[in-house]
Amino acid sequence: MMTAAPRSDRTTAARANRRTAGRLAVVVLAMFGFGYALVPLYDVLCEITGLGGRTGVVAANALDGEVDTSRTIKVQFLGTVSSRLPWEFHPTVASMEVHPGQVYETTYFAKNLSPAATIGQARPSVAPSIASLHFNKTECFCFVEQEFAPGEARDMPVRFVLSRDLPAEISTVTLSYTFFNSRQTG
Amino acid sequence: MSTSYAAHADDHHHHGPDPGLLRWVFTTNHKDIGTLYLWFALIMFFVGGFLAMGIRAELFKPGLQLLDPHLFNQFTTMHALIMIFGAIMPAFVGFANWLVPMMVGAPDMALPRLNNWSFWLLPFAFTLLIGTFFLPGGAPAAGWTMYPPLVLQGGANVAFMIFAVHIMGISSIMGAINIIVTILNMRAPGMTLLRMPLFVWTWLITAFLLIAAMPVLAGAVTMLLTDKFFGTSFFNAAGGGDPVMFQHVFWFFGHPEVYILILPAFGIISQIIPTFARKPLFGYESMVYATASIAFISFIVWAHHMFTVGMPLSGELFFMYTTMLIAVPTGVKVFNWIATMWRGSMTFETPMLWAIAFVVLFTIGGFSGLMLAITPVDFQYHDTYFVVAHFHYVLVTGAIFAIIGGVYYWLPKWTGHMYDETLGKWHFWISTISVNVLFFPQHFLGLAGMPRRIPDYAVQFTDWNMVSSIGGFVFGLSQLMFLYIVVQTIRGGEKVTERVWEGAHGLEWTLASPPPYHTFEEPPHVTEAEAHG
Repeated sequence: MMTAAPRSDRTTAARANRRTAGRLAVVVLAMFGFGYALVPLYDVLCEITGLGGRTGVVAANALDGEVDTSRTIKVQFLGTVSSRLPWEFHPTVASMEVHPGQVYETTYFAKNLSPAATIGQARPSVAPSIASLHFNKTECFCFVEQEFAPGEARDMPVRFVLSRDLPAEISTVTLSYTFFNSRQTG
Repeated sequence: MSTSYAAHADDHHHHGPDPGLLRWVFTTNHKDIGTLYLWFALIMFFVGGFLAMGIRAELFKPGLQLLDPHLFNQFTTMHALIMIFGAIMPAFVGFANWLVPMMVGAPDMALPRLNNWSFWLLPFAFTLLIGTFFLPGGAPAAGWTMYPPLVLQGGANVAFMIFAVHIMGISSIMGAINIIVTILNMRAPGMTLLRMPLFVWTWLITAFLLIAAMPVLAGAVTMLLTDKFFGTSFFNAAGGGDPVMFQHVFWFFGHPEVYILILPAFGIISQIIPTFARKPLFGYESMVYATASIAFISFIVWAHHMFTVGMPLSGELFFMYTTMLIAVPTGVKVFNWIATMWRGSMTFETPMLWAIAFVVLFTIGGFSGLMLAITPVDFQYHDTYFVVAHFHYVLVTGAIFAIIGGVYYWLPKWTGHMYDETLGKWHFWISTISVNVLFFPQHFLGLAGMPRRIPDYAVQFTDWNMVSSIGGFVFGLSQLMFLYIVVQTIRGGEKVTERVWEGAHGLEWTLASPPPYHTFEEPPHVTEAEAHG
């Protein structure tokens, strides 16, 4: 038979093993949480770097009325509709020549082709991503959900201004909208 | 004390395994569980291999012959999931179960019942996963990387795949915890950390990678699940999410994962080469530090898988440089293996042949990896057959070759019988030639612009695809030889000594061949000579 000493050695060892395993299990749970923490981290990183083309917040010096007429930037417009939204949607002009610091207005045309009222939500994106930090919209149909009656058509305005500190190497900026069916998010 | 221990061992009712098949269900013995893992891995290797044969048969010539495009996509997706999570990872865990306790002088794994559960989760996970072939809409077909939004357009298989990934993740996390606890708490007296065999070291580091990376994958697939079925918008642009974020979260797991698939292979090779070069491993400590550095860097390189998503230049540069940095510790390892062989009294038994082929062919895979790390050219190579060639060189001629070499190396110890050396060498040469015929031309196809994951291709790619397919069929069929040799060795053969190989060092070679059911109930005392030769 086993003597008493080794048996207690063994239970001590088993307890030590369980303690180590428990600590490692905490690491596992923490890393599972870290996976979720990557979501807000990613959002913060996108805001700082313009990654993903999210448009920037209005910079203080962007709206002081001073216009940099020495630079002319080409702004291109794109419009896309999700396959789940039965709408027609496109910009009314394909592109504009703009000066940084001046506010411009353009419109997008949208028409509900379905026989039912539908609600859409537009998501903007600016390329190249570094320019998105300097692209400010003062008025946009993308700020709120848009409800369209059956067959209704509208011209929807966008007012925007390019900040004067737009990096010098950028001469073309593309603004793209995708309309999604906000009632169907799957 | 030692006499009372011996007396105890004699009275113990567990001299050997329980009779009957239920032994395998209830076993908590590390050798039994190791055997279960290895058999499971071999079965999955053949299932995944069958899918690969289907892929190569379809790609034998242009046009659609055997598989319709949707089924082809299911084959590529399932081939990857089964080979990664069903074949390579369980094979390494099988090695760890058999060898880690014997190498560190422990009587068993630290948490034997957890060990049983870790294994028995796997058949359920893979039943769920493989069963999706019989669902309406078929198996997952969006690639093993499960990128949304495409993956969410799958039918019922999405939920099955996600739960299968959860279960196999839980299994490998529990296996990893068990291995860490065994190594940290159960070493025999005298087995200091820097006397541990390299296989134990690489597994210790791999286990830490597993517990850090697998939970992140679990999180990512859980987000997919809630996006698909519970109306969340983690990756859904319409709801304010971002599909590119999935790629970041996935590859934060995915790159450590590729080192999970290769570090234990480094360990196996580091055991085999010194044995047949009859010299201690060159630069043991640098091997340990190199392994740890690779593991650390693997967490900061993930975005090199996604250079084309539109990253700022600074990001591309950061991920390019860190990726290239991995070549430094990897180069240290390759250098050490070669230096171990340098002026050694080398013999070329079957395990050594696989190990040398590993060093050469894995290095080719490493070099093509360096090419892919160069951001500007990656834009051309991205999602082409060049990538397919690269990761098959590191996973097939890397991980799989190390596993096969390791089986030849330790099978005599496990069974007490020597395998058939002639057949083993035939198996090696047929496999090594055919695997190069299979994968080397895929470099050319990729550089010429053939995209991956397509069932049909432009006619100028025909010749090399035919060559590749022929290599594929030969390589696939030659693995049946492996099955035959293993079964033959288990059933009988020339009896081997304890040491088996003249130049073998380490505690496992001080035990009888085959080792008794319970070993090291009384811890051995470890000397420097036995540890490092």
